[in-house]
Amino acid sequence: MTEEEKNMITVHIMGKAHEVPAGLTIMKAMEYAGYQFIRGSGCRAGFCGACATVYRLAGEYKLRTALACQTAAEDGMFLTQLPFVPANRQEYHVAEIEPGPGTLAEYFPEITRCVSCNTCTKSCPQDLDVMDYIQMSIRGDFEAVSKLSFDCIQCGLCVARCPAEISHYHVAQLARRLYGKYQSPVPQHLMTRLEEIEAGKFDEAISELKSLNATELEERYTAREIEKIERGEVMDE
Amino acid sequence: MKLIGGYTEEMRESIEKVEKTRDRRMKMEFEAMSMAERDEVLNKYHPDYKPELKRTVSLGPNKGDIAPNEVVDLLEAHPLITEKDIDLTKIDYDVDLLIIGGGGGGTVAALWANDNGIPAENILMVTKLRHGDANSMMAQGGIQAADREEDSPILHYLDAIGGGHFANKPDLVEALVKDAPFILKWHEELGVQYDKNQDGTYMERAGGGTSRFRLHSSKDYTGMEIMRVIRDEFRNREIPVLEFTPAIELLKDDEGNVAGAVLYNMETEQYFVVRAKATVLATGGFGRLHIQQFPTTNHYGATADGLVMAYRAGAKLRDLDTVQYHPTGAAYPEQIVGLLITEKVRGMGAQPVNKNGELFVFPMEPRDVEAASFIRECYGRGNGVETPTGMHGIWLDSPMIEEINGEGAIHEGLDAMYRMYNRFGIDMTKDPILVYPTLHYQNGGVEINANAQTSIPGLFAGGEVEGGVHGKNRLMGNSLLDYNVFGRRAGISAAKWALKRSKPGQLTLNHVSSYERQMMDAGIKTERRSPMLLPDYRGKKVLARMLDDVL
Repeated sequence: MTEEEKNMITVHIMGKAHEVPAGLTIMKAMEYAGYQFIRGSGCRAGFCGACATVYRLAGEYKLRTALACQTAAEDGMFLTQLPFVPANRQEYHVAEIEPGPGTLAEYFPEITRCVSCNTCTKSCPQDLDVMDYIQMSIRGDFEAVSKLSFDCIQCGLCVARCPAEISHYHVAQLARRLYGKYQSPVPQHLMTRLEEIEAGKFDEAISELKSLNATELEERYTAREIEKIERGEVMDE
Repeated sequence: MKLIGGYTEEMRESIEKVEKTRDRRMKMEFEAMSMAERDEVLNKYHPDYKPELKRTVSLGPNKGDIAPNEVVDLLEAHPLITEKDIDLTKIDYDVDLLIIGGGGGGTVAALWANDNGIPAENILMVTKLRHGDANSMMAQGGIQAADREEDSPILHYLDAIGGGHFANKPDLVEALVKDAPFILKWHEELGVQYDKNQDGTYMERAGGGTSRFRLHSSKDYTGMEIMRVIRDEFRNREIPVLEFTPAIELLKDDEGNVAGAVLYNMETEQYFVVRAKATVLATGGFGRLHIQQFPTTNHYGATADGLVMAYRAGAKLRDLDTVQYHPTGAAYPEQIVGLLITEKVRGMGAQPVNKNGELFVFPMEPRDVEAASFIRECYGRGNGVETPTGMHGIWLDSPMIEEINGEGAIHEGLDAMYRMYNRFGIDMTKDPILVYPTLHYQNGGVEINANAQTSIPGLFAGGEVEGGVHGKNRLMGNSLLDYNVFGRRAGISAAKWALKRSKPGQLTLNHVSSYERQMMDAGIKTERRSPMLLPDYRGKKVLARMLDDVL
């Protein structure tokens, strides 16, 4: 028996048993078992939400959720992927919205159906406090929704599990855009720089750089002064 | 295998050394390299400087140019279809503007084309995976824009062109640095959230090779935040999109203009013909070719399809000889090998240290120099930390981040990183993390001018698929910027082009047949077909992407 064969586990992919080496992610285990993904594989790094997976472990009644690319396959696992979630999405134009406490509930009235069961929070593979941000949406607190939902990868597992049929991640997307646009103003230093660029302040210097040959350019490059990281200043400055 | 806090006992011994030297290192500054020192480490240790793993392209507009074997393999391959397979008189989609690729570049191009007179219903986006499944979604660290008083677009220009080994196309760098602040303002108007200080100014950080703090981030989900917002805007405008339906070949009209594409629905296995007055190529890069067997940070679809299609249609490519290896890919645990550890980890103060706990390089060299130094430390000097699978890596001393910036700084600024390691039992606020260079970015690509036009009329390009912006090496924070600047310029240029023109005449795949003849003339005998569309990891191939012998 080779080293590899000794460390094999059994995973049940959509009900079919496959022997795969221990230590792979669910995604790689499926590939080892012979699947070539069309759906169900996106960034493969936990950022895109393409590989939402529902599974049960041997001997457990609990239905668990995970990202296939960020979770190790376990012996006796029964699993399937969610190729698509038909979540309710509203159309809106942020430039035309005057955000108020009732805006989110106006676009997504179903948020008021939340029964506070916390299933969304339990199903979130990012461990976000999903139910809390739905509560904050009902109150119209854009900042709180933004903060609580910021790491949402929009995989849709919360939507698939919600007994109140809320489309959590679409609500959060609208809240974040409204907060970003209306409650977090454009810094003045950016506006100043834009005016300077528009007035052509840097044009001459850049034209000059463009006219230099490689040696001259290298001299300018090596002569430039590098701003240093001051300890303790990076975060607060 | 016994693990303590996610690490083996052997690794724990090395971590103890890292902890012992931490206080001393906190006060240390490591001198940045001179140009001569940079050259030395690059020549000896950077994977790009190994001529035996590259070859010359034997046909087409770049005949005689050097590129990695994996790229030339795709250029010197038969098409998936021939002229006879497709009835080009039956047009399935007839539009003003076809956008190939559903990542950042394609989305930005669509929005700006729409703003510049092309109605939503006359645009069609086609994409291989889902809209937003792209490297754009995965970028963590941030986006550059010289908007502080202490900074200027002139310095941004120098940084970008020096980092690119002075091989960048000057017009493109100028566009990149001058458009950058405008792009941020546009994002603000759409509702993108960037990290800001109490006083409302941007929180800006250093990146490798940047002479000023210029990196704007949204925690370590910067790419995701931008992509979510622009995709939401795209959906609200009801611009049509076909997912899981990549373009597999460009079409031309009888005047030689690009005039659409042949699509392939991967789920139903049907082909479709799109006729378009203008076409924007935004298919991203080539990370999933695993050049030199390196693991990659790239998304599943990064298989160079756009390069192949454009090249068959006669577009000129450039700077394909260099590949960006990000210095810090995860080297442990095995499940996440190759995934991106954002440069922001170093930007916030974590030093790279060897198995003895020694700092051996200036932490903020440009990416190629930093990556080559890591490889030298592991395989040239034997100071790498060995993992249970035999890989070697360098510690990133992440606990320093909280010592420098205060408790909670990792949750505040690096939540994605914390979450990824925590899933495998490692707490990066307490223990360092192990990294090794990973294949990250296609520095070159389809050549464009400052209006994002390629060398063939009717074809525009934006994002990682195009080349010239970054020369031989891209700096951190310039890729999110690139797809925004040149996606926008591609969208505007394509809209202007389309508004001036009537419907293309007879569609043709002549160029594909002619390419086949050129392959025969060049004596290429192969079974290979391209574009690749999807990498194949089935069976044991999924295990074969481990890096154990790079030198």
